[in-house]
Amino acid sequence: MDSSIYREQIIDLYENPLNFGELENHDFSYEEDNPLCGDEIRIDVKLDENDRVAEVAWSGEGCAISQASASLLTEEIKGMSLEQVRSFDKDTLLELLGVPLSMARVKCALLSLKVLKAGSYGIPDKGEMRKNQ
Amino acid sequence: MLNINKVREDFPILQVEAHPGVPLIYLDSAASSQKPAPVINAMNQYYEMYNANVHRGIHALSEAATNAYENARERIAKFINAPDSAELIYVRNATEAFNLVAYSWGRANLGPGDEVLITEMEHHANIVPWQMICAEKGATLRYVPFAEDGTLDLANLDELLNDKTKLFSFTAVSNVFGTVNPTKKLIDSAHAVGALAMIDAAQSVPHMPVDVQALNCDFLAFSSHKMCGPTGMGILYGKRELLEAMPPFMGGGDMIRRVSMEKSTYADLPHKFEAGTPSIAEGIGLGAAVDYLSSLGMENVHAHEQFITNYAVEALSEIQGLKIIGPPAAQRGGVAAFEIEGLHAHDIAEIVDKDGIAVRAGHHCAMPLHKRLGLSSTTRASFYVHTTTEEIDKLIVSLNRARGIFRL
Repeated sequence: MDSSIYREQIIDLYENPLNFGELENHDFSYEEDNPLCGDEIRIDVKLDENDRVAEVAWSGEGCAISQASASLLTEEIKGMSLEQVRSFDKDTLLELLGVPLSMARVKCALLSLKVLKAGSYGIPDKGEMRKNQ
Repeated sequence: MLNINKVREDFPILQVEAHPGVPLIYLDSAASSQKPAPVINAMNQYYEMYNANVHRGIHALSEAATNAYENARERIAKFINAPDSAELIYVRNATEAFNLVAYSWGRANLGPGDEVLITEMEHHANIVPWQMICAEKGATLRYVPFAEDGTLDLANLDELLNDKTKLFSFTAVSNVFGTVNPTKKLIDSAHAVGALAMIDAAQSVPHMPVDVQALNCDFLAFSSHKMCGPTGMGILYGKRELLEAMPPFMGGGDMIRRVSMEKSTYADLPHKFEAGTPSIAEGIGLGAAVDYLSSLGMENVHAHEQFITNYAVEALSEIQGLKIIGPPAAQRGGVAAFEIEGLHAHDIAEIVDKDGIAVRAGHHCAMPLHKRLGLSSTTRASFYVHTTTEEIDKLIVSLNRARGIFRL
């Protein structure tokens, strides 16, 4: 039997993750775990003056699916506006992974997106802040 | 000795394919066991032939249902050598048994300054109810640590078990390490300081002979679904004088003697603790499960699992980068939890599932244990009466395949 969810790219990303690390000067940082499997993911984002993602990094540990998903997601959101980050569709991330997942593993795949969204909603827009000031 | 081929024929699910063309290899009995035909048939027979409520009807069906349900209690009592079936309370599962004792006995008997002692290798079911009742009553919850090899570290037991200890509740067999704890010795130690002893027997009653009179435990809890029986059923055994002194856990029908607008008086044991229409088919099913296990002989069940566990621990140890947690095979029940360097438990479980092999991946409802080990999760293979050495061999092949996929 082949284990089709473990295509080459997933294993590559598990071995050599993209955007792995932490940002000291982030605009938001959020961390959460999946108690089912103990996976933990933290995502740090730094925005530019136009509220676009200037830098992003993630850290944590977990299974190949949650790790690959975090690499793909952080790569994809570079340059996106805060609004685009907030409305990032889960199906887009699942398509990026491009492997058939069972219901339990969809949770692994979407942990990084859950963390990213929770973090992005935790801060006001810089634009909004400027207007309010 | 078990006739393994005959035993396997008793379990209809073992004829089922996990995926098209891939036979099922079920190595997750510690989470929930499969059910042999006699158990399934007994429950079907109740629904098809004499389904009715128990303890209330005068009609023939109700009497048949009551007899079958109460007769099952007698056989379950004999299975654990309880002196009196009235000392067996039907509950939903072992978890409910712990909650019953915590809320009924604990609320009446715990107070500030009192201590409840458990161990670091407990299932959440034997942790959380004590945390909740200790917080409510101002009592202190303390833990016996485990040593590096997954056995209890009893060096400080004299201090941990002291005259403030009201209850020592611990597992007979760890669901992660597999460690078979020195149950009788620990019960005697609890009694020596005047504490009660409660046993989590969820991983012992299904797998080895258990005699509550020989143990002299005060309470003992186990789940039906881990011992060939249905879900939604479990047993709390308690010594009669303790159960009689305890207030009811839940109020409602079936648990009363008389109800007036002002107050109620309660039924005798065991019904005092069994409010509402019970899980009738499930009680009958558990009765059939103990009949089935008795027909195999619990000594034989235990011997088979010892043989398989020895075989599995040895075979697993030969996989590169694999580390089994817990004690040597001689000191463990039928479970082997392990980690493989460079491979996450979820990925392992996913890959071996493609080969039809069901294992558990995660913390196995023992997060404090995993945290102490510095692990977020492990993979656990667990064995039962139908497990064969050929199935273990296939697990080894599949684990090596997983290593290959991850380029290890």
